[in-house]
Amino acid sequence: MSGRPEHQAPPEIFYGEDEARKYTRNTRMIEIQLVMSERAVELLCLPESQPCHIIDLGCGSGLSGETLTEQGHIWTGVDISSAMLGVAKEREVEGDLLLGDLGQGLPFRAGAFDGAISISALQWLCNSDQKSHNPAKRLYIFFSSLYSCLSRGSRAVFQFYPENSSQVELITSQAMKAGFTGGLVVDYPNSTKAKKFFLCLMTGGQQPLPAALGVDSREDTPNCVVFSQKRDRVKQLRTGKAPKKSRDWILEKKERRRRQGKETREDSKFTGRKRQSHVW
Amino acid sequence: MKLLTHNILTSKCLKGVTVGYPLGIVAKEVKVNEVEFNPEFISRMIQKVDWPALCKAAENLGHSDDLPPAVVDDYENNEEFLKKAHHFLMEIEVINGDLICPETGRKFPVTDGIPNMLANEDEV
Repeated sequence: MSGRPEHQAPPEIFYGEDEARKYTRNTRMIEIQLVMSERAVELLCLPESQPCHIIDLGCGSGLSGETLTEQGHIWTGVDISSAMLGVAKEREVEGDLLLGDLGQGLPFRAGAFDGAISISALQWLCNSDQKSHNPAKRLYIFFSSLYSCLSRGSRAVFQFYPENSSQVELITSQAMKAGFTGGLVVDYPNSTKAKKFFLCLMTGGQQPLPAALGVDSREDTPNCVVFSQKRDRVKQLRTGKAPKKSRDWILEKKERRRRQGKETREDSKFTGRKRQSHVW
Repeated sequence: MKLLTHNILTSKCLKGVTVGYPLGIVAKEVKVNEVEFNPEFISRMIQKVDWPALCKAAENLGHSDDLPPAVVDDYENNEEFLKKAHHFLMEIEVINGDLICPETGRKFPVTDGIPNMLANEDEV
């Protein structure tokens, strides 16, 4: 698995027929998307028990849309991958689907929607997939068209995977330029696995951001993969070399130097001895 | 594509288009579904819906019988009106056909219920 999907291919190619099917059959993926969708809808702060008209940006195969249906909302989804939309159609999702490129702007009338969610899609807009693409410009076109098609006072919540802080900076600045207020809510900021980024944008003027989850250390992080160091150790043992800086590694290195004819100290019982930890 | 979605769609993302609304429809295949009636939702949507555009769209599809020509007063409490609005907005679906930009004549094909709104590089 070679790193970030958006570095491999444009979304409409990455999410081809096979990937679309795999994505939608992967139970772990489904569970994660479900949890994130529910959290995004929560952050939308919609009026209590009122069915709303929501747009799902980068709806894919409709996993997030199903959460919207479950909560009683009517939604429309936009995605750039016809394969993913095909899977959504097969799964007979309730929402209307549109094939479109978010970076070209949203083709809707002013005030058409009461809210917008987007799950794991926004980072795709930060890459230039064609020579003519300018990510900053595309982001601005996207955010300004979104701003206009949302009714006053409604919100847009984006769960996404920022590559680095300059990407977050780029996205936020274009959203602010387009007229949105709001900011980033980071759930479980101290956990590498559970950490999730939600960009919460508002149209009704400056309002306080909703509280993030997992900031109070008494709260448990959700069930997630705990071990991340284990894999590295296994890899090291498999390569057949001694792990760096261990006594064996030091002895091997000294042998190498001797073979090269360099002046090397004799080995002794003190070679590579564990030093007592010292506060310098 | 339901008529509710058609009612909010424009072609304004294209270069040289000012309003881009409403989009014309030429439909080759239309389906009528049964969708759960949600009076609260329909009542709120009627405020956003452009009623003349809805009438024109229904006419283009040849499904305009029984569609009231205008929004009645006090529609929130008129269940019969709400049910009719619900039928036209949510139960009529364009499966195959084209959407046409009123200013440039550019066609957006609809395939398997999904309109293709992707614009070419030289059109944005």
